[in-house]
Amino acid sequence: MAPNVIAHDDLEDDIDYSDIEAKYQVEYDEGLDNVVVVDGVPVIDESKAEKLLARVAKEFSKKGAPVKVDNMIIPWDEKTGKSRGFIVVEFKSPEDAAYAIGVMHGHPFDSKHRFSLNRFTDIERYANLDETYVEPEPEPYVQKEHLRSWLADPQGRDQYATYRGDEVEIHWHGKPSQCEVAHNRLNWTDLYVSWSPLGTYLASLHRPGVRLWGGASWSGLQRFAHPLVRLLDFSPNENYLVTWSHDPIVVPEGAQQGPQFFSPEDEGNNIAVWDIKTGNLLRTFPSVYPEGEDASKKQQLQWPALKWSPDDKYVARVTPGQQISVYELPSMGLVDKKSIKIEGVIDVEWCPLGDKDKEEEAKFAAGKSNKKPRENMLAYWTPEVANQPARVTLLQFPSRTILRQKNLFNVSECKLYWQNQGDFLCVKVDRHTKTKKSIFCNLEIFMVREKDYPVEVVELKDTVTDFSWEPKGERFAIVSTSDPNFGNPGPGITLKTDVSFYALERGKGDFKLLRSLPNRTSNTIRWSPKGRHVVLATVGSTTKSELEFWDLDFHHDDTGKREAHKDEWGSGIQHLGTGDHYAVTDAEWDPSGRYLATSASAWRHTIENGYAIWDFRGQELEKHILDRFKQFLWRPRPRTLLTKEQQRHIRRNLKEYSRQFDEEDAAEESNISAELIAQRKRLVDEWNAWRLHCKEELGTERGVVKKLKEPQEEEEEKEEIEVWIDEVIEQIEEELLE
Amino acid sequence: MRPILLQGHERSLTQIKFNAEGDLLFSASKDSVINVWYTHNGERLGTYEDHNGAVWTIDVDSQSRFLVSGSADNTMRLWSVQTGKCLYSWEFPTAVKRVAFSDDDEQVVCITEQRMGHQGAIRVFKINREGDESEEPISFFNPIGSKAVVCAFSYVPNLIITGHESGKVALFDYKTGEEVLNNERAHMDVVTDLQLSPDRTYFITSSKDKTARIHDTRTLMVIKTFSTETPLNSAALAIGKPYVLLGGGQDAMSVTTTSLRQGKFETRFWHKIFEEEVGRVKGHFGPVNTIAVSPKGDCYASGGEDGFVRVHHFDESYFRAKPYGDIEVEQ
Repeated sequence: MAPNVIAHDDLEDDIDYSDIEAKYQVEYDEGLDNVVVVDGVPVIDESKAEKLLARVAKEFSKKGAPVKVDNMIIPWDEKTGKSRGFIVVEFKSPEDAAYAIGVMHGHPFDSKHRFSLNRFTDIERYANLDETYVEPEPEPYVQKEHLRSWLADPQGRDQYATYRGDEVEIHWHGKPSQCEVAHNRLNWTDLYVSWSPLGTYLASLHRPGVRLWGGASWSGLQRFAHPLVRLLDFSPNENYLVTWSHDPIVVPEGAQQGPQFFSPEDEGNNIAVWDIKTGNLLRTFPSVYPEGEDASKKQQLQWPALKWSPDDKYVARVTPGQQISVYELPSMGLVDKKSIKIEGVIDVEWCPLGDKDKEEEAKFAAGKSNKKPRENMLAYWTPEVANQPARVTLLQFPSRTILRQKNLFNVSECKLYWQNQGDFLCVKVDRHTKTKKSIFCNLEIFMVREKDYPVEVVELKDTVTDFSWEPKGERFAIVSTSDPNFGNPGPGITLKTDVSFYALERGKGDFKLLRSLPNRTSNTIRWSPKGRHVVLATVGSTTKSELEFWDLDFHHDDTGKREAHKDEWGSGIQHLGTGDHYAVTDAEWDPSGRYLATSASAWRHTIENGYAIWDFRGQELEKHILDRFKQFLWRPRPRTLLTKEQQRHIRRNLKEYSRQFDEEDAAEESNISAELIAQRKRLVDEWNAWRLHCKEELGTERGVVKKLKEPQEEEEEKEEIEVWIDEVIEQIEEELLE
Repeated sequence: MRPILLQGHERSLTQIKFNAEGDLLFSASKDSVINVWYTHNGERLGTYEDHNGAVWTIDVDSQSRFLVSGSADNTMRLWSVQTGKCLYSWEFPTAVKRVAFSDDDEQVVCITEQRMGHQGAIRVFKINREGDESEEPISFFNPIGSKAVVCAFSYVPNLIITGHESGKVALFDYKTGEEVLNNERAHMDVVTDLQLSPDRTYFITSSKDKTARIHDTRTLMVIKTFSTETPLNSAALAIGKPYVLLGGGQDAMSVTTTSLRQGKFETRFWHKIFEEEVGRVKGHFGPVNTIAVSPKGDCYASGGEDGFVRVHHFDESYFRAKPYGDIEVEQ
């Protein structure tokens, strides 16, 4: 690798300078670099020498490598008096020589002779080459670290990364006694860090490019040389990486070439797609901005700019207003060599693969099932253009059949939200009234698993600011507002919002309001990744910072059986607790859905930066206030390897497991408290010893002083005062009759 | 613990002090008046009026006979606690920032500000308990280096403990004016308060560097450190319980730009030995400038930038609670 790519390498313990040394090694100028030996010249007599040289010189100058006859030497064979079939040519400079080799090598001189050119110095080197074959030493096989070793943690803990100041730390998070720092490093990244979607890699961004880290020792795994990279995006299965830099790619003179580096064709592009395993560059693209906006307006880049299909097979790129281009992986070629032309297209989203789909696919791939898995699906929308209504379309890919299309009117903006199992697609449609003065919201929900893709509409009067599906569930939550301040954010203004939960009514097949929580300030919904629990947070406000923890199935045991709602509609919603993290900017659930982390990042403001971790009931477990705290990231987990059957088995025996855990906890607790008590006892003993020492010293000191005052004080001490108090308690007058 | 709110000052509090019995509370404020209050019900007993500028500091002797005060009008005054009369007034070239009685009530130390070409000075006066005072100090010296801001008599005769603007804590022999011992790195920022333990063998300092520390008087070694997230204005030692009380908050000048929640205007209780926070008492809507604990240990008071003094009598549960189990801690 080029040394300029590994600026951060100096952090590593043993630095391998060999490549740098090789590159910068001083080359001894032998002064013969401009001398070239031309082979394949006809063998001639001395008489024809002049003619031959003139002819050769002509051939050379024809190709743009002029050479003077005087600078050519013909070596002669003394015995035969004939030439030896080659000539030595001296050029003006080594560059000219190199050029001549380039154009004249293999040049046909006549029907019998063909030139072959070599540098004079090369001839010498090849002549001296050792002829015996040496078997190359086979490189010893080095066992690579297991990239998912953190999952084998005996205590089943999760990890998270924090970025504070210049330091990145990887923490273990479990029971209070099991929390520890797994790894930390200064200057690990220049911008921020990012986990890959399955948690295998940690990406760090530097001036020269992106670097991936992983394994138990956090060694560097892969590098992607994209100078001044600012954004990155992984494909869902961690096979590919997309990077973006604001500055167009420039390939400077003498830059390294190879499959892992930019070539001159990539110049001017901003987006690069890489293969993570090999580190090879697959393709680059220019970044596209939403059209129709004048250049003076600050253009917002859509990120991720490339949309990955959930199986990493395709990647879609939208040219706003014109087309969707879908590329096939790993060749990065355009599928069927043509883009999907859709006038006005704005946004596209792939349908995620559910657990069911993944199982089917695995079965199909193994040949166990004939049922073809569901084809990839994508949804896109087009705004109203001319007399055309706005339109949301479901498209199958690669067959390109349109599954469902829905026309919409008075649309000002659409947003596409897939439920994470790919069961539902919700299109949040912001609609304006005829006068275009007020905006209200429709939710168009496509039931993707059902025949003919029926669409359910939920009409709302307010503006919806946030929408979120329950993972693996049939419910969603929305934040809506009718606050007049909406749309003109000012400092210190916190919008009044309502939060509503909706659920699919099984029998009727429509979505019905479960419960509405009016008069909140919450603006963020965070579903637990396992569903059921949800946190409503007020994020980014200077005055409010409330976190509300809710359980949507309070009356259910978590035994996996989600019986049909026999009990009253919406009665299972229960408020579990309320927390407050002042100046919170981010809230994120851990992958197990047991803990929630909230953080106040120095990127947003500088007040009380730090992070806190809560359990799902809203109890604060730990809180750290840290200056210059920037980032908190849970390490994602890959999909479970347990089969449905095994999971069901575990759920059924939850009681058994919980007893086991309780025992462990109890043992642990007594252990900790013993330790803590010992520690405290030690502190108290230390303190008491010190105090005793102090008092002794004080005694001697006072003794000196006392001696001076002794007589007086003694007297004072001996002074006794006796006071007689007469008190009349009661006076009774009695008349005595004689 | 329902506090008694003492609303007798028009400007922010600078220092409050209990007398030895803990039944009287003296409060000094920038409004140039000193008040004395009954601790048990918060009734105002009287005022000491004569100063012409902010009163920066007060101290009362162990017999509650004399009160000494230092003010921005460049005077230090001696008052009769009982009558409220000013018995004597010393005049200096600059403002008086700190006064303190010795433990035998016979001497007073005062620090005057470094200003207008005058160096900061430490003076020690002998207090003639009959009322006719001498103008001349028995000792006068100018500490070299960072200026002294707080001071107190140590238990060793002739030694004064000082806290400095640089965060230094030092011991001075006032007879010679020499610095006997110092700890340059006691704090990283200006020392804001210094309060002694009852026997004067250790003391607690608070600082703008957001920490409070307990030091050994003899060696000036830091024994305990309490790290908070706000600049501290005052620190006091609880009596009878192993706690320290810390108060502070945002700078007075930046208070208007920060919200109440963010200002951290609470009084914090920390465990003296385990260096952990055990509780907080809210109430002030400005930074807490000064905290004092009654020598009887049954109540404490805090004075704030908001101009109020809040007297808190501890609840029964405060004395009964043993949050750390049965541990015997020496005072």
